[in-house]
Amino acid sequence: MSTTTATVTTPQRSAAMIASIADAGVPTTSAPFGHALNALAARDPRIVGLTADLAKYTDMHLFAAEYPDRFFEMGMAEQVMIGAAAGMAAVGLVPFASTYSVFATRRAYDFLCLDAAEPKLNVNIVAALPGLTTGYGPSHQATEDVAILRGMPDLTIFDPADAVDVEGIVPAAAAIEGPTYTRLLRGKVPRILDQYDYTFEVGKAKVVRPGDDAVIVSSGLMTMRALLAAEKLSSEHKVEVSVVHCATLKPFDEETVVAELDTDRAAFTAENHTVVGGLFETVAAALVKRGIGKKVGAIGLPDEFIDAGALPTLHDRYGLSTDSVVARVLAGLH
Amino acid sequence: MTTTTATRTTTDPATIDPSRRARVAEAAYQIRMGVLEQGEAQGEGYVGQALGIADVLAAAYCDTLRYRAEDPDWEGRDRFLLSIGHYALALYSALAAGGVIPREELLSYAADGSRLPMSGMATYTPGMEISGGSLGHGLGQAVGMALGLRQQGRDGQLVYNLLSDGELNEGSTWEAAMSASHWRLGNLIAIVDLNGLQADGRTAQILGGEPQHERWAAFGWSVQRIDGNDLDAVLAAFDTAIANATVEGQPQVILCDTRLARGVPILEAKEKLHFLRVAAEEWPVAMAQLTAGYQAADYQNEEK
Repeated sequence: MSTTTATVTTPQRSAAMIASIADAGVPTTSAPFGHALNALAARDPRIVGLTADLAKYTDMHLFAAEYPDRFFEMGMAEQVMIGAAAGMAAVGLVPFASTYSVFATRRAYDFLCLDAAEPKLNVNIVAALPGLTTGYGPSHQATEDVAILRGMPDLTIFDPADAVDVEGIVPAAAAIEGPTYTRLLRGKVPRILDQYDYTFEVGKAKVVRPGDDAVIVSSGLMTMRALLAAEKLSSEHKVEVSVVHCATLKPFDEETVVAELDTDRAAFTAENHTVVGGLFETVAAALVKRGIGKKVGAIGLPDEFIDAGALPTLHDRYGLSTDSVVARVLAGLH
Repeated sequence: MTTTTATRTTTDPATIDPSRRARVAEAAYQIRMGVLEQGEAQGEGYVGQALGIADVLAAAYCDTLRYRAEDPDWEGRDRFLLSIGHYALALYSALAAGGVIPREELLSYAADGSRLPMSGMATYTPGMEISGGSLGHGLGQAVGMALGLRQQGRDGQLVYNLLSDGELNEGSTWEAAMSASHWRLGNLIAIVDLNGLQADGRTAQILGGEPQHERWAAFGWSVQRIDGNDLDAVLAAFDTAIANATVEGQPQVILCDTRLARGVPILEAKEKLHFLRVAAEEWPVAMAQLTAGYQAADYQNEEK
């Protein structure tokens, strides 16, 4: 399925922990989370930062450098990091705690749930490497993080598409009286939503791009892929695709999404997550609740542990690349 | 509080004022009686642990902690975290003794719609700082509270965490222990109830934790080990800890050897003490024994 070679260099390095998710030609912003957190901290003295030995890999190092007295390096100890963040919130601070998604979810679930969510404390988890954003293998690929967390009451879950979303989420998360989990995009993060009429809003799905032939409901970096695919489908195939972006996965904006899906257009969901327990099933539940029978194609990761390898190769292999999305939509039209 | 740990002071239990001891002993009696009343209301519960820790809670809530009974959310309070949520009936009884909740409310323990659920939950009960039923959570939150209070310059406040020896099985407790000494949380005081029993049997056989003193010391903590049912020793240990509390310095732990069902011979004699089920006719006997023991005077010091 890999038909473009613009971003491909050979040989592909497969061992990189951090790989770029930006397609060729897509503008990027460096470390949007770190800069947004610093900007917020400048006007809110309650903001503190914590990390579990991953400041450099979650863009938290920018906060650590700017606000050393408000930064807490907790070491490779995710459970106490989240517990301590809850303790800080309980005495009036607003913590942002960073680690990788796999560790925040698989390893420290009980702490996020009972220390932060049950007492509705303002604890903000920023979790890098969500879904398939590293070729490091299952130990680091959080392909089921949303499935793990969706059942947690009172937790707000954000799945930003790009730097524009990340910049909107940081102050929004701090303003929410309760815990938040953000599927953090770090490093050189694509910046694409500012090319559309779009503003981030907590709990709202937005029709980023209209289209009469098909509709893709997407979240996270797959919104970027959906938009790139939509442009390509328009210019090369005269197929117009609507893209509905869900930057907030919980609480989920069922009204907007169902209204877009309850049409004659071919419909898809696209997520950087296993098709089990994530966006697809969230959308499916919303449709069923309203008694709407609608075929929806699920673009996402399979229900299996993902290979190690080079990220572009893996995105192609598992159907998350722009060309894969183009192919799925074309196939779905017939 | 001082800001250095260069010289540590130690309070001699023999110097505890008898009238102070008598006052706390009365509170301990009231706490135990409240525990039995709650136990009788449900016919069962973690009564053994609650009776065992009553002396420590009496010293905490009726002598040591800074809090306002009429305003449990007062910002300037010390924080007392009960990570062992199943000891809730002991804390409810202590909160009643301290005037935070009405004494008569204890009878609603574990009933439908009660503010006093079987396992301690912060959102249910005034004065309950955390929801502690899942073990190994308290000390990490205590680390965050101690760091957060220091961060905001609230240097006069102390954070206490009551743990149990079974809870020391949980690795997260040791993450937090490492963190507390790394951050030099001299405003943090852990209290460990060493009663030697957990759900599946004797702690020594399940996952032994001795030598406790050496383990905590190796993690960078200042350690006291006392008889947790000796009121003079308990009061002296709190005095010592507070005298040595610092804005920045060594975290402190008070290891308390306690006896399950302490003060009630009919219950102490039972074999299955982790979760007590007691026949209806035994509760009045237990209460009579508790009162007789207390009135026999000075039972707190019988081993001296």
